[in-house]
Amino acid sequence: MNALVGDNGAGKSTLIKGLAGIYEFDEGQVYFDGEPVSIKRPQDASDLGIEVVYQDLALADNLDVVANMFLGREEMNGVVLNETAMEATARQTLDSLSVKTLQSVRLPVAGLSGGQRQSVAVAKAVMWNSRVVILDEPTAALGVAQTRQVLDLVRTLADRGLGVVLISHNLHDIFEVADRITVLRLGQGVGVFNRRETTQQEVVHAITAGTLKHVPGMADDDD
Amino acid sequence: MTTDKPKGEFGLDAQPESTAEYLRSKWINIKTGDVGSAPIVVGIVLILIIFRSLSENYLTAFNVVNMQLQAAGLVTIAIGVVFILLIAEIDLAIAFNSGIAGVLTVLLLRPDVAGWPWWAAILAGLVTSSLLSLVMGLIVTRAGVPSFVVTLAGNLALSGIVLILTTQFSQAGTIRIEDPIVVGIAGTFMAPAVSWILLALGLALSAFLTYRTMQIRTKQGLATTPMPVVLTTYAGVTAVAAVIIGYSNTDRGVPLLALIVGGFLWFWTFMLQRTRFGRHVLAIGGNPEAARRAGINVERVRVIVFTLAGFMAGAGGIILASRLRSVSPSAGGGSLLLDVIAAAVIGGTSLFGGRGRVSSALLGALVITLINNGMDGLGLNSGVKFVVTGLVLLGAVLLDALSNRRSTS
Repeated sequence: MNALVGDNGAGKSTLIKGLAGIYEFDEGQVYFDGEPVSIKRPQDASDLGIEVVYQDLALADNLDVVANMFLGREEMNGVVLNETAMEATARQTLDSLSVKTLQSVRLPVAGLSGGQRQSVAVAKAVMWNSRVVILDEPTAALGVAQTRQVLDLVRTLADRGLGVVLISHNLHDIFEVADRITVLRLGQGVGVFNRRETTQQEVVHAITAGTLKHVPGMADDDD
Repeated sequence: MTTDKPKGEFGLDAQPESTAEYLRSKWINIKTGDVGSAPIVVGIVLILIIFRSLSENYLTAFNVVNMQLQAAGLVTIAIGVVFILLIAEIDLAIAFNSGIAGVLTVLLLRPDVAGWPWWAAILAGLVTSSLLSLVMGLIVTRAGVPSFVVTLAGNLALSGIVLILTTQFSQAGTIRIEDPIVVGIAGTFMAPAVSWILLALGLALSAFLTYRTMQIRTKQGLATTPMPVVLTTYAGVTAVAAVIIGYSNTDRGVPLLALIVGGFLWFWTFMLQRTRFGRHVLAIGGNPEAARRAGINVERVRVIVFTLAGFMAGAGGIILASRLRSVSPSAGGGSLLLDVIAAAVIGGTSLFGGRGRVSSALLGALVITLINNGMDGLGLNSGVKFVVTGLVLLGAVLLDALSNRRSTS
């Protein structure tokens, strides 16, 4: 599990939106399994097996849990939505992730708590045999117990062998679950740390004062 | 507590629900902003009681058939409005767009203008109103101009076209329909036996589909709507339909329009609730950004919704023209715009997008028709009608705003 950290405006969310196909990258190359790939649309990302759980959740409040989990990829029975198949798969996925607090997958998402919504968003991402799940600030708006619930869920994903990229401001959370920590500063990678060999101070130093290859607004001088 | 439920965590989904649990999940729906159609049904009953107590003539068979004819055009146009509101847009040109379809169809039928056969004239009217809405939808989505402004401009321009077309071919602007088939759209009534057979067929088909769904869900171990609830719903719907049909048959019979509008309602309900398109419409209304990230082509769905609303407006315009047996410069004007938007909102479709049903077009149009007809019967002037309709609309919008606040808090 890779954690992506950085100060506000470091470019974390922009980077993952590019990986998800929401923005197109202007330059640079994305490698997946060592192969150069191009991601231009959300469809390209999901074809590769990249799923993103967004900070602002990206759930439609008026739809129920099943409809949200299958949004844009509904299972069909001819021209008709195959509701029973979708409902059964949604429940299986939530079950396999040990999401225990949902009473019904047929209730509108508007009625769920923050932790439950986050669980739905995560379950939505893993349901598609995804290989990499990117979580953008999954615990930012949650209370203590709910954060616990989501971190456990994230750890479950990593233990299943999925690639997990966790974006967070909370170093405490990151040191608890991540294996590797990548630091972004002003849009550039300034360090990769192994969680077992580093300290919070070292990471904080990289976030606030990591060495930049070039400083925006100043001429590049390669040393 | 879920401890007594063998299937574990999804207590409410895992087994056939009891009636109490069903009511409980409905209550959760209400708390999250979905008030359903209960308030409106109560409202309709109150309206019936009030006007019946004020006038002997209100619920005569003759007037009941008339009200079905009056509501038909409104329901048809309001179905399109429901879809527009579901994606959190507005179409202020919808009424005059319906007028355009009516006027164009009638003109093309006239031997002295074009003399087209009835089907070609109707098709031309429907295609024209669909295309007009398609263009407005494209402007809204491509240029990013708010639909409020685009369709306000469209409203003015289309009212001008109606005026130009009608006064072009007739001094007074009133053009009669001579074609028996187009007149027959609103002027045909079903024989009693036909209406009863259609009711029986409709019920049988619907019961069969419900039964099959329940069977499939039970096999998958999924919850089904409890039998008492299903039976009560069917008993209620059958009773209401039987009373209306039986009563109408003592006068001219059930209008053919009831069948046409029923077909529209069934088709668009199916589209909204059972197809991928409908699911995407609801998602865009609820959270357009989520829809976009899910890979839905949001712009395309919005343009399709505008176009289908234009189509339904065209169909409604032709129905209205057929009922009046003529078109005039006021086709699509008057209080039609207010009435169709009010119908959708009063029926329970939210102005904030994402919440609503096709059936709200029917329920809301019924309320408006019942009130208008009742006040006409009492000889009240238009001023009073506007005030009352305005107040009913205000009440519906307040209810909508309150339930919206509940769902977002």
